[in-house]
Amino acid sequence: MDYLTIIQIFDSALRLATPLLFACLAGLFSERAGIFDIGLEGKMLIAAFFSAATAYSTGSVWMGLLAGVGASLALSAIHGLASITFRGNQLISGVAINFLASGLTVLIGLSWFNLGGQTPSLNGAARFQSIELPFAETLSAVPIFGPLYSEVLSGHTFLVYVALLCVPLTWYVLYRTRFGLRLRAVGENPAAVDTAGISVVALRYAAVAICGVLCGLAGAYLATGLGASFVKEMTAGRGFIALAALIFAKWRPWYALYATLLFGLLEAISNRYPSLDLGVVTLPSQFMQALPYILTVVILAGFVGKAVPPRAGGEPYVKER
Amino acid sequence: MEQLPKWVDLVIVPLVGLILAFFLSMLMVLVTGHDPMEALSLMISGALGSTYGWGYTLYYATNFIFTGLAVAVAFHASLFNIGGEGQAALGGLGVALICLFIPWPHWSIALLAAIAFAGLFGAMWALIPAYLQAKRGSHIVITTIMFNFIAASLLNYVIVNKLRPSGSMDPATGKFPEVTHLPSLGDILNAVGIPFSKGTPANVTLIVALLACVFVYYLIWRTRLGYQLRAFGKSQPAAVYAGISPIKITIVTMMISGALAGLMAINNVMGEAERLILGSVEGAGFIGIAVALMGRSHPVGILFSALLFGALYQGGAELGLWTSIPRELVIVIQALVILFTGALDNMVRLMVAKVLLRPKKAEA
Repeated sequence: MDYLTIIQIFDSALRLATPLLFACLAGLFSERAGIFDIGLEGKMLIAAFFSAATAYSTGSVWMGLLAGVGASLALSAIHGLASITFRGNQLISGVAINFLASGLTVLIGLSWFNLGGQTPSLNGAARFQSIELPFAETLSAVPIFGPLYSEVLSGHTFLVYVALLCVPLTWYVLYRTRFGLRLRAVGENPAAVDTAGISVVALRYAAVAICGVLCGLAGAYLATGLGASFVKEMTAGRGFIALAALIFAKWRPWYALYATLLFGLLEAISNRYPSLDLGVVTLPSQFMQALPYILTVVILAGFVGKAVPPRAGGEPYVKER
Repeated sequence: MEQLPKWVDLVIVPLVGLILAFFLSMLMVLVTGHDPMEALSLMISGALGSTYGWGYTLYYATNFIFTGLAVAVAFHASLFNIGGEGQAALGGLGVALICLFIPWPHWSIALLAAIAFAGLFGAMWALIPAYLQAKRGSHIVITTIMFNFIAASLLNYVIVNKLRPSGSMDPATGKFPEVTHLPSLGDILNAVGIPFSKGTPANVTLIVALLACVFVYYLIWRTRLGYQLRAFGKSQPAAVYAGISPIKITIVTMMISGALAGLMAINNVMGEAERLILGSVEGAGFIGIAVALMGRSHPVGILFSALLFGALYQGGAELGLWTSIPRELVIVIQALVILFTGALDNMVRLMVAKVLLRPKKAEA
């Protein structure tokens, strides 16, 4: 494995980590406010479909992005209605949303495009184009650091940089603003927040809406940035990997970046080396695919650092009467 | 708010949820440019209009009875087993191993062994998440989801790298020996003089599924363990105060739940495919959630809702075959059923209460 190969793997790791990062931060906002969300997968999927379909018919990737975020927000609204207003089971609502997205995308996709559930492939302005960072060309000659900048960091699409910027932004919102403090409080002890005269319902809806927007970005990136069309079930479990990353990150924004980069790296490695020969043992590709899930179970089990979820997570808030 | 009568809660509320789900799905059919009435009638006739249709409906229903019971048993202990998919896949591995490597003298003995192994493998796959929940406090929903994915990778590895016959390209094991062939429902019914299509995959496992319903009824409502399990589900502190060990109940409940999910493999692996194919569970583990919610976690309710979903699946397949409406319509219906009978249950109940309780208020 030479340096160039490593650079290429890092480059693809960053690409693959981007949807995970968006979805992971989405889950972070929702779960920090006390709303479990196993419907990340479904929201990403429906956003991927509507962004690709709209980008294709309007020829503008920005319209696609808007449509994707809108579709994801619609599913978020259902989740909010079920888990906040009607105090239903948040996990069951998430399961329903995943199925709803999986069925609707095929049903609508077939009726609009008749391509077996796919959208036509996107090109030109209907896709996000890669952005060259300044001095990428000149710096590429610098040994070691050069390729790292010009190949790994530069040359990605707009949304990759948005995702990276979302990390400090999330940190700032959660830990340095009044809204963030309240949001975290509502996930730990909603009764206390309510006593302080702040609406638990409004805060939780806000969190679920932010979650919807971020899932929308994740889905739009999958279909119009990473790929060039919508493909049936194209999220392929990424929503659940993001959920795993969220636990791995112990519900913290910077750790979320590291966790998703790690899982992106694992995916990049297993894409490049279907079976990894470590000299002593050969790891089959299936093991690499299962690794994020295995790591999450280990983390959850508390053998390597304990992951403590927000205390009021998953419980509907009932005002005392 | 006034309390709804029990029968309304058990029968009317899920039915209203079901009707809402169907109404919205048919609206989707209309919006995507098809005729909803035609779709509905084709689904009904395709699923229930012939013994051939019934055969497939019952075959799917058998799968869903097992996975529905699995979810329901866990629900009674307030545990959400979302890992039926992985447990059923592991059950399939258990069935495949004993069918492929042990020479059985007769199918009935092979069936008993398959029941034992499918249950054992499913239970073992539920054991680890159960142990982690009970001892380490890790959330069972997350671990069982993770175990679904781990199971998929594990089966991929075992089937493709170990059990696949050399030269074969299919991700599947070789055919099971002829002796492990289970009698089909057609064979059984024809033998007692009832004409029934022979070309369907419904088989003797249906009887096992019905026995499983009876078993779950007795377990939940007629045994000490069932009582402890329900007490634990209602109130954990109260159960602990009464001397019920939360660790024991969590682990035992999840193992029974996993075993029930694993038993599904007798139907789809041994009864239908007669070899282990990658991805053979086909989402039945998740449909179990809808079935259990719809059936209010009671074996009788589960029997009916499994039949409903079986008919839905067969009807959806017919729809995909004869019209341009894809069978994914069934997934939408299923999603809406889960939504209305599960997550938005309180909303539906409120709606029903408004309609039912209004005249009473007017009288008073």
